[in-house]
Amino acid sequence: MHRAFSGLLRRSSAAVKSVFVLSQRGPLKLQIELQQKRRRRILQTLMVCVFAITMLGASAPKHDSFNTVGHQLMCQCGCGQILLECNHVGCPVSGPMIDELKAQFAAGGSETQVLNWFVNKYGPIVLAAPIRGGFDTMAWVVPFAVLVLATVGVAFLIRYWKRRYLALPSAGLDSTALELPDPIRDRIRRETGVE
Amino acid sequence: MPHPMPTFGNFSLLLALILCVYTFFAGALALRAKAAHIPLSIPPDALQETSRRAGMASFIVITCAAIALVWAAFTNDYSVDYILHHTNKALNPAYKFSALWSGQEGSLLLWAWLLSAYGFVLRLRHKTDVTLSAYASTILSVIQVFFLLLLVFAASPFALAPGPPALDGFGLNPLLQYPEMVIHPPMLYLGYVGFSVPFAFALGALMMRYPGEKWIHITRRWTMVTWLFLTCGVCLGMHWAYAVLGWGGYWGWDPVENASILPWFTGTAFLHSVMMQEKRGMMKNWNVWLIFCTFMLSILGTDLTRSGIVGSVHAFAQSSIGGWFTTFLVIIFAVCLFTYFLQRDHLRAENRLESLVSRESSFLFNNLILLIACFTVLWGTLFPVLSEYVQGSKVTMGPPFFNRVAVPVGLLLILLTGAGPMLPWRSTSMRAIRRNFILPCAAILITAVTLIACGIRPWTSDDATSDIYALLCFSLGTGVLTAIVAEFLRGASVVRTQTGKNLLSSAVLLTRRNTRRYGGYLIHFGVVVLFIGLAGAAFDQSKEIEMGFGDSLQMGSLKLVCQSYSQDSNANYDTDYALLDVYKGGKKIVQLAPERRFYTASQQTDTVVAIHSNLARDLYVVFMGRNPETDRPILKIMLKPLVNWIWIGVALMAFGTLIALVPPLQTATRRVEVPEAEPTRGPSIPSGTVPSFSRTLSPSGASATSTPEAGRA
Repeated sequence: MHRAFSGLLRRSSAAVKSVFVLSQRGPLKLQIELQQKRRRRILQTLMVCVFAITMLGASAPKHDSFNTVGHQLMCQCGCGQILLECNHVGCPVSGPMIDELKAQFAAGGSETQVLNWFVNKYGPIVLAAPIRGGFDTMAWVVPFAVLVLATVGVAFLIRYWKRRYLALPSAGLDSTALELPDPIRDRIRRETGVE
Repeated sequence: MPHPMPTFGNFSLLLALILCVYTFFAGALALRAKAAHIPLSIPPDALQETSRRAGMASFIVITCAAIALVWAAFTNDYSVDYILHHTNKALNPAYKFSALWSGQEGSLLLWAWLLSAYGFVLRLRHKTDVTLSAYASTILSVIQVFFLLLLVFAASPFALAPGPPALDGFGLNPLLQYPEMVIHPPMLYLGYVGFSVPFAFALGALMMRYPGEKWIHITRRWTMVTWLFLTCGVCLGMHWAYAVLGWGGYWGWDPVENASILPWFTGTAFLHSVMMQEKRGMMKNWNVWLIFCTFMLSILGTDLTRSGIVGSVHAFAQSSIGGWFTTFLVIIFAVCLFTYFLQRDHLRAENRLESLVSRESSFLFNNLILLIACFTVLWGTLFPVLSEYVQGSKVTMGPPFFNRVAVPVGLLLILLTGAGPMLPWRSTSMRAIRRNFILPCAAILITAVTLIACGIRPWTSDDATSDIYALLCFSLGTGVLTAIVAEFLRGASVVRTQTGKNLLSSAVLLTRRNTRRYGGYLIHFGVVVLFIGLAGAAFDQSKEIEMGFGDSLQMGSLKLVCQSYSQDSNANYDTDYALLDVYKGGKKIVQLAPERRFYTASQQTDTVVAIHSNLARDLYVVFMGRNPETDRPILKIMLKPLVNWIWIGVALMAFGTLIALVPPLQTATRRVEVPEAEPTRGPSIPSGTVPSFSRTLSPSGASATSTPEAGRA
């Protein structure tokens, strides 16, 4: 741990040194590249933080068992509501199901055992979300996998477009050249009422 | 004639079908003849005009059919099966009118009527662009033909009931006897159906290789109006679920609800990405497919819920018309794909993306998140079918799945809602990022720290997931609201300097000068307010209690005292209710009367929820029933924070859309010949030397050309 930390320190101080040396003597182009690299790093770090923070919420809730399991089961009367939230007037199903839930916990069943008991009695459709493992895992993984893959794909696409743009003849290193002529075109579009 | 109205209605539908078939064939023939210079005995222009007029006539004829159905409802004509099953004599006239869309056949008639109404307006305004309108009219007529075929052959609203006419009807579903139900379905259908118009224009523009982006300018208002209707329709449905169903929630992730939100996601993505095409000539392929997908998702949603593929609690979920929708969907997809491959070289981008940190890339990521949200909802809706196919057993995809998977996507969307508009087009500098983002980031941090200090600590909570989502939502939301307010203030202060007006007048003037941009900001503001309202659900409190005379219950800072409970009845229903006095700090603030009704005609029971709202919370009381042993009412009492913020957010979104629809303050213009945009850059011209082509005149007559939005609009 200590070795890794000191290695990290060495690397970062070397990076700082190189920036210092370049800022003293290096050509302007290299400085710009380094600056761009640093900006990219900051942006990447920020993005990782945002993703990490949003995904933190995917931790398991810590309810009391009756409440937790009662919210993982669906009422089977066809109302499409969570068992403990079913307010279907005169519902003939939710009451007995809640009694069964209480009885299972009173008998000393764990959360998994109680859930299995309900699945055995009513079928997997009684679960409010697919949590049996196996193919059910796909339900959870696919949206996040698509999100990550699509984000990476779009980032690569932007990178590719940017490279292609820079590879165009007369693609400027001169920053003022990058500004034109689209601002004029935009302005003409706007001011001549094309919008 | 024993049944004049059903006969008249059926005849009207048949006539409308013939007219729409003529609109299609005559329109297609005229367009083909003009494009390929094929000689016809009738001039193509004249043929095209007859097609247009036949299309307009179809609206009048379908209106007659709709009137026939409403007439049958008002005259209690129970010889019509649909009227027998959806009305009764004692039904309130407003609900008799809404019977038009209370069942499957009626709602299809409403769909066809709205489609013909949109078509009527499109054909009436054909002079905007005669050829493109002709293409759009012909494509729209195909969609009309499909719905009329359904109404004539598969789901006729004028089908006769077997046997002699009944003396009274079976009544309307009690859940639908609520004022919002009179406007919610038409709004939703206006949204669904409305996407047919931009779809028809996009497909038409692609078929005729329409030059430039004019088709986007023509359809922008159509799309925005449609989007507004869909937004209002979806949110009215949410409010109805909240105020009527009595489970205390507004979104149950039922397949019918999911189906309504799918085209909303892609439609929203389209409204954002067309700006890229307008401003930079980019993403042409993407935009065409976005609007194709939006329309197809409208049809897919209907197909999923009406075919019975996916189970739903909604009334007309299962029927035999699913196959019709599937076939139509396949045909539409094949036509779109074929046209795209034939004409794809026409959709070449004019410009390239230049920087990762720019408005363009924020639009790309915005589209990505919206499409991921759409995919997630569609995946969750279809997974039970997939599971049955793979595992042989159906599973339920209920709120726990969607809340856990969709909320992170929603949070990313909030982040982009704030970050996107602050980035300029093309590229930006680190200094500009610092300037624009420092205030919102500070607001995020301050909010997070304040909330943690106030006790929202996910690491100590029983429900860490909800708390962390709420914390993030409130913090990010505050950051975005700060960013939007800062943008308004920055612009308004420049206008104030120029005009000498006060800050509020300056902000109004600023908005009027660029209605599209500032209307968009208001929509974003509304979205964030809505999300904050949704996050309030993490702090819901609920109690179920039996209450007798004088019994009281403490709920947060409120004290509820049961004054009485009794029964009543009228011609339509019998009611059982309780009267509860609500006190705050020893002072009575309101009396609530939750009810349970028994509708005699339909023999169904329903609850009427009592709600007391303010900006901070809703007190939500449901009459669950009576204890048979004590005969005392059992009440479910909920305290729901920030629910009103959801409806305020929706109202802001609607207001923002209306502002964005208003044309900006008239500008004096001078025509300038502009060469076609080139992907390469021209010679360097210092920005200060760019001539101004117009002057924006303020109402007071003062001229202002250098507003902050000018460079970034």
